[in-house]
Amino acid sequence: MSARDDILGAIRHSLGVSGKETIRRQIVSDRLAHAPKGVIPKRGQVSGEALLALFKVQAEAALATVTEVASAAEVPQSIAHFLRDHNLPASLRMGDDRRLQAMPWNDTALDIAHGPSAGDDLNAVSHALGAVAETGSLVMVSGSENPSTLNFLPDNHIIVVSAKDVAGDYESVWAKVRLTFGKGGMPRTVNWITGPSRSGDIEQTMLLGAHGPRRLHVVVVKE
Amino acid sequence: MSVHSTSPDFKKNAARALGDAQLQKALGNVKQGFIDKREKATQKLPEFEALRDSARDIKNHTLQHLDLYLEAYEQKVRASGGHVHFARHAEEARDIILSICKEAGARTVTKGKSMIAEEIGINEHLETHGITPVETDLGEYIIQLRHEMPSHIIAPAVHLNATQVEQDFRRVHTHLDAKRDLSEPVQLLTEARGVLRERFLAADVGITGANFLVAETGTSVIVTNEGNGDLTQILPKTHIVLASIEKLVPTLEDVSQILRVLARSATGQEISVYTTFSTGPRHLGDSDGPENYHVVLLDNGRSAMLGTSFEEMLRCIRCGACMNHCPVYHAVGGHAYGWVYPGPMGAVLTPTLIGIDQAGHLPNASTFCGRCESVCPVKIPLPKLMRHWREREFERHLTPATVRSGLGLWGFFAKRPALYRLATGIAIRAMGFAGRRKGRFQWLPLAGGWTRNRDLPAPQGETFQARWRREHKRRAA
Amino acid sequence: MKQDRARKPRIGLFVTCVVDLMRPSVGFAAVKLLENAGCTVEVPEQTCCGQPTYNSGDRATTRSIAERTITEFRGYDYVVAPSGSCAAMIKAHYPELFADDPNWLPRANELAARTFELTSFLVDVLGVTRVDATFDGAVTYHDSCSGLRELGVRSQPRKLLASVEGLTLVEMEESDVCCGFGGTFAVKYSEISGAIVEAKAKHVVAAGAPTLLAGDLGCLLNMAGKLSRDGEPVRVRHVAEILAGMTDDPPIGVAKEAQRTGKEAAR
Ligand code: SF4
Repeated sequence: MSARDDILGAIRHSLGVSGKETIRRQIVSDRLAHAPKGVIPKRGQVSGEALLALFKVQAEAALATVTEVASAAEVPQSIAHFLRDHNLPASLRMGDDRRLQAMPWNDTALDIAHGPSAGDDLNAVSHALGAVAETGSLVMVSGSENPSTLNFLPDNHIIVVSAKDVAGDYESVWAKVRLTFGKGGMPRTVNWITGPSRSGDIEQTMLLGAHGPRRLHVVVVKE
Repeated sequence: MSVHSTSPDFKKNAARALGDAQLQKALGNVKQGFIDKREKATQKLPEFEALRDSARDIKNHTLQHLDLYLEAYEQKVRASGGHVHFARHAEEARDIILSICKEAGARTVTKGKSMIAEEIGINEHLETHGITPVETDLGEYIIQLRHEMPSHIIAPAVHLNATQVEQDFRRVHTHLDAKRDLSEPVQLLTEARGVLRERFLAADVGITGANFLVAETGTSVIVTNEGNGDLTQILPKTHIVLASIEKLVPTLEDVSQILRVLARSATGQEISVYTTFSTGPRHLGDSDGPENYHVVLLDNGRSAMLGTSFEEMLRCIRCGACMNHCPVYHAVGGHAYGWVYPGPMGAVLTPTLIGIDQAGHLPNASTFCGRCESVCPVKIPLPKLMRHWREREFERHLTPATVRSGLGLWGFFAKRPALYRLATGIAIRAMGFAGRRKGRFQWLPLAGGWTRNRDLPAPQGETFQARWRREHKRRAA
Repeated sequence: MKQDRARKPRIGLFVTCVVDLMRPSVGFAAVKLLENAGCTVEVPEQTCCGQPTYNSGDRATTRSIAERTITEFRGYDYVVAPSGSCAAMIKAHYPELFADDPNWLPRANELAARTFELTSFLVDVLGVTRVDATFDGAVTYHDSCSGLRELGVRSQPRKLLASVEGLTLVEMEESDVCCGFGGTFAVKYSEISGAIVEAKAKHVVAAGAPTLLAGDLGCLLNMAGKLSRDGEPVRVRHVAEILAGMTDDPPIGVAKEAQRTGKEAAR
């Protein structure tokens, strides 16, 4: 017998089932089809300015920095300021996200590179699919638009998110993922990112910038 | 069994740990680092208790239908272009991983933190076959340099201090300037980041564990703070997910429920920095990500736990809260337990994996204070399960003879009130008389274990029942 | 108190074997507290709740002990124990013990439903808000594990202590952390137990109160033994003794003679 059949057989033996029971199969396929929600914290069940405010508070509690701009057109300037304020070089890597591409980068003196990172970039910008106010998390999906390497290799990661994509809870984001990729479908990777990389492995003291970015900066586009 | 166990020597290990001043100091960090933070995080979320119930129910539901969820999961992984391998035991898992690595022509393999990898001892196996495994979680990296086992499931190097880490880095990173300053923890972190960055970029295969596997989508989920797990899985050509079968959950909604209790219970964070949902290899048009995606599903005795009282242990989400709150763990640390899983969860799980004859001490070395159960995010009744191990030991006559006969005697009298009254009356009168001057004993025959560390207060001299019946003759039946 | 005035509640006191053998005065304090609260107290013939055998894996012996207890305590309105761990044994574990026995399970459940730890019985069931006692000085209180986590005993003893005239309660750090007793654990793993009680003793001493109280005699013997071994002059008593105003007997681990000559503090 194959290991697979052995293991499934052993599980069935222990559970005292055959695997063919219609009721069990129905229960499982129902659950997979309907994906019932469980307990949703009240915290995130707000809207408008209160939701944005909650996102900001939570993201900052996770040691990200957050800034708001009125429109997409203001994003390049805002990022240029951020880099200058932190004495960071005026270079920036990004994927081919159409929303990012459409922004007026030429208004700034930033040196823009495109494509995934090979590990030697200091700064990168990505566009988020959305965000979750409940914990101040950004939701990223993989693809050439926003390569996953940009989330992890650069020292400073900047994430742009539209205010309208900030949701109260994780479940709302899954609804959006299903809308985009079809029920049961997924991009190769969904990354929830909450603050910059850190480690507490030396004497349980928390230090930023373990393997991923030392800084996480979020630009919320309000229009 | 795979990794060598020193669990039979628990008492010796514990004695050594108690005498190790450096370790005792480091263990103080466990209390400081975790307990208050967990408490605060749970206080901040009014729904926390309801979420614990929800997490428990989701896990129970999945376990009851594990065969079907595994089939659904497998089908989804295949549909997304990934491969699923089943491994009955550690050896089979090691062989599967080795052959994937060989096929990929791997020379170095980066590894995200995985307790299952520890359980099957994959590192040694790869090394024997000329492949270099590189641990990338900072704590795991440090203990790999020291050839040690993790002493904690989420803080593998919690038993060490910064000076020890500095010494190890100087010993191993010989290509760096010998005069460099490493006196600050942040300098150690920076050095590890630099060294490991090169390893990440050079690796041929990345092995990660999985905190969850999602049946709905064929997704594996990892949770880290460092980002090492992500670099491990997106940079090499091949990503291997190594997970045990009980990591299954039905849907993305279900994972989200459990994630709400995981980090809060573990580190007191609201959520970990990186929660990553991976489904299959790189898509057409993707500019990065692995080209091959394999999942190795390990049973290693778990299917046999289903349908027994130990089934509840399969709910465990490896948050570490039970050991963080365990007075025995605080006293002796993780290595004393002698195998991969320490603390209360290890005391229940280890005997199922390496045998109760090997790990018999573990479920006995507990005061049953119940603090572990009270913080467990999936409400595993850990003391009850430890007691079940004790029952099995008793049935199999593995309980030490001295304990057995002492208990037998106590049981004999406890079942016979009249004899009990007679025997205890005499004994207590004698003890009371012997202890009347000091009010306590510094030594007593048969009580050596007790009196080595503390006095034994003397009894007052007459039993309650004797005095009661004397004073309340009328009322006595 | 909501009890029917016509008939006083009839209590079967489960004195616990440790109190029975080591410190009967705790049992008498419990009797006084219950009688003052308007109960009739009786003491049926009894031995032990079965914890030592239960926690050592000897289910069969434990069942026969439990069957005896269930039988002996038939018919009382309530069963009260001056111990969280023995009350929890009956309340939480007897039903577990007989889970697969349709004959005994209902009886175990029935006993469990009317069994209580002393202070929680006084406060939660009888609605007692104050006791008639005085005590001069500061005390610190250790929450014994079973009572705390299996029965939710935390506020009840504190509420009653607050009504004792002259008494101030000084909380120690980590009052809810195990003292390292754990029944046979203290003997089987005495070194680990010793390390745990050492940490506990430090917190007790740091609290600065001259008297330590708790609701379980097992833990008290352990902590008193450690404090006296270390030469710490902390007096140790069961909370019932203070609540009942019965402090004539010397503290735990102190001889009558030493108390009379006032030497106990200098040991
Ligand atoms: S047993 Fe519970 S507390 Fe311990 S690691 Fe597992 S989930 Fe966490």
